Amino acid sequence: MFLGLYNYWIMVVLMMIGFYIVIAHGNLVKKIVGLTIFQTSVFIFYISISNIDGGTAPILAEGISRYSNPLPHVLILTAIVVGIATTALGLALAMRIMEAYGSIEEEEIQQRDNREC
Amino acid sequence: MKDLFAVVMLSGIYGLLSASFFVALDAVDVAFTEASVGAGIATLLMLVTVTMTGRYEHTAHHKPIWALVVVLVTGVLLIYGTLDMPYFGSADAPGHLHVAPRYINDSMQEIGVPNIVTSVLASYRGYDTLGEVVVIFTAGVGVLALLSVTRRPEESAEIDATNVSMHKKHLILRIVTKMLIPFILIFALYVQFHGDYGPGGGFQAGVIFAAAIILYSMLFGMSTARRVINQPLVQFLSAFGVLIYGSVGIVSMLNGGNFLDYNLLSDDPVAGQHLGILLVELGIGCTVTSVMVIIYFNFGGRTEDYMRNRTKDA
Repeated sequence: MFLGLYNYWIMVVLMMIGFYIVIAHGNLVKKIVGLTIFQTSVFIFYISISNIDGGTAPILAEGISRYSNPLPHVLILTAIVVGIATTALGLALAMRIMEAYGSIEEEEIQQRDNREC
Repeated sequence: MKDLFAVVMLSGIYGLLSASFFVALDAVDVAFTEASVGAGIATLLMLVTVTMTGRYEHTAHHKPIWALVVVLVTGVLLIYGTLDMPYFGSADAPGHLHVAPRYINDSMQEIGVPNIVTSVLASYRGYDTLGEVVVIFTAGVGVLALLSVTRRPEESAEIDATNVSMHKKHLILRIVTKMLIPFILIFALYVQFHGDYGPGGGFQAGVIFAAAIILYSMLFGMSTARRVINQPLVQFLSAFGVLIYGSVGIVSMLNGGNFLDYNLLSDDPVAGQHLGILLVELGIGCTVTSVMVIIYFNFGGRTEDYMRNRTKDA
């Protein structure tokens, strides 16, 4: 009965995989990979909402009357590019942490902080 | 998985897979962007970071059991929340009834552009897109502030010496790349200016254009690429793109309309829309290209410096 909702369940599973990577792993690069998986699950959520049975890509053409909803496409298109910009910023921070601490493992960074204060 | 190189490669494959998934769901513009960004640039930036931070992850000492519990509880709650949602593919879902019919039915008369995604992106929701462009520009400035290094000339000469020995090896790759780069650049321009009629536009074109420049600097070395591509010019272009976008809005205000109301850019409203979309997409393309180039060059330069200092210390 609820089988028509499978797109949301796929999204939830992907999102939880990303969430688990972010909270369970100490390596900063791995955390950022987890964050991108989380991000993609939101993209998939929006795009699957915009899909209509029997619709086509939203480019107007003769003889087609049914199009997918173009609005989520626009939102996600810009979100992807903004997402890469913020990911780059996160990776840049990880590189600076590597220079300052000599490690990107959360536990080692915390140990060094504790020793210093 | 402890090998971060494998993790990064898998995330690139995942990006490509989700791009093909978007094609299957009729979101061609989104798929285009995801293929060039998720599978291309993101993987590349992560690889550069991994070369600097080390390839292997250390084993964790804490038990991840609590993390698992939190994740499972959140997942179950989210799935419970989906039970009220409209079914996949249903045409009468609330989201499809409000604004979308106007875009689908009227955009041809109002904007005169077949690709609805472009007309919504650049015209109906132009204000939003201006915000996104500013966010990208800010990220570029942030990376510049975090990673930029001032270089003395004798240091660059030293880098050159290591690069020449390193880049002699890939002769075939270098020749093939040299032949491919013009085509990649032309394709980027096609995507930029054909975005009104097919999938494409400033965001995708910007990323593809930057990919060509990044490919060049990967194979011929950072210092050669730095000589070919003037860094202050790239930094100027990233701000210039935002300026073009904002100026289009100001001009339409001076002509007596609202901010970003392209109807007033020309005597004929549809011609005005065309002109406005063209200029705005050009601004987006400028900013996205130059921010991507800035990000890659600073990542690469920082890693080079770090590696050299480490070999010196050892």
